[in-house]
Amino acid sequence: MALRQTKSRDFTRIYSLGASRGRQVVTNDDVAGPIDSSDEWIRQRTGIITRKRAGADQSLIDMALEASKEAISKANINPSEIGAVIVATITFPYQTPSAATLLADLVGAKGAAAYDISAACAGYCYGIAQADALVRSGQADYVLVVGAEKLSDFVSPTDRSISFLLGDGAGAAIVGPSDHPGISKTVWGSDGSNWDKVGMTASQLDFRDHKAEWPTLVQEGQSVFRWAVWEMAKVAKQALEEAGLKPEDLSALVTHQANIRIIDEFAKQLELPESVVVAKDIVDTGNTSAASIPLAMHRLLAEGQVKSGGYALQIGFGAGLAFAAQVVELP
Amino acid sequence: MALSQAEVLAGLAELVNDETGIATDAVQMDKSFTDDLDIDSISMMTIVVNAEDKFGVKIPDEEVKNLITVADAVNFIVGAQA
Repeated sequence: MALRQTKSRDFTRIYSLGASRGRQVVTNDDVAGPIDSSDEWIRQRTGIITRKRAGADQSLIDMALEASKEAISKANINPSEIGAVIVATITFPYQTPSAATLLADLVGAKGAAAYDISAACAGYCYGIAQADALVRSGQADYVLVVGAEKLSDFVSPTDRSISFLLGDGAGAAIVGPSDHPGISKTVWGSDGSNWDKVGMTASQLDFRDHKAEWPTLVQEGQSVFRWAVWEMAKVAKQALEEAGLKPEDLSALVTHQANIRIIDEFAKQLELPESVVVAKDIVDTGNTSAASIPLAMHRLLAEGQVKSGGYALQIGFGAGLAFAAQVVELP
Repeated sequence: MALSQAEVLAGLAELVNDETGIATDAVQMDKSFTDDLDIDSISMMTIVVNAEDKFGVKIPDEEVKNLITVADAVNFIVGAQA
């Protein structure tokens, strides 16, 4: 008897997106005091006017579920058709089990393969890469990919490096088979030599042993800025090349919503024509790590800034350092 | 051919002007990027990367925090060219 393998498919695409943001609106004045800052200082350096955060009554799973339900409904599929659920997150407060298994059960994807991935702000694009591969290989018919973060559980009010940027939210996508190319080859990678550039103030063991306060997020902003703009612009150009497209073929650039200064400089490096919409959801959502790209893309579509069927270059980059970029057809 | 201190200062002043709009003649050797010219850390990094391109030198991340004054940057670039 010969070994049997799955039959592969040629193409995949994103069918739909769903979004959920923290219900609390946190202004710059709300966060400025403990970092001896001001609304003007924060706006000038980050572009953020407000960030959305989840209170004690809104969990990471709540947001992931809300976003997923919208995506499943818009994809017009039955949840039982979902073969795998991937949650990209760094803030689910349990080492194990994963957020994905719980989410799979809650959305009605009973029995689906389910797992979390830890690739920080690159997590959603890692998830799309995996979903594309799973569907094309025939391992799953439909995959639910969710970037979900409740970063506000891991911020320090006195941290001037990253905490004041952060918001909470979840963005979901359904990836499935397509009769035409809808997701280009992912250009991805990591640089562990810069493992300490973005991360936590301490390990959980240090906290347990009373050697450190509750671990919170921290970054070396200047180094990250250089990497995120100039190194990641090269990755974005490579992704565009792999997709066989020119900048003018794009409808949108959806970068990880890290900081408006990164986004603006990034767009400048790519020399995009004015016809390409640059997503700036960060202005009133804040930086939501793995959730930021689907949230920003969802918003562009919801506001009619881009049309379904256009192409968007999406790129995630962050702690690891880890990065991933691909061109997708807008759902 | 390596540029002189004056030539590097003039080139750096142009980069500062491009990034921040600060007049080139305000960019003088004794000025502090932060305290006198009010250049924030992100603009500083943009100037650094553009200076690498313009002068053909490498300015590592760990060196950037030592560039307090315009003279620090000019002298580093002049030295790195050699």
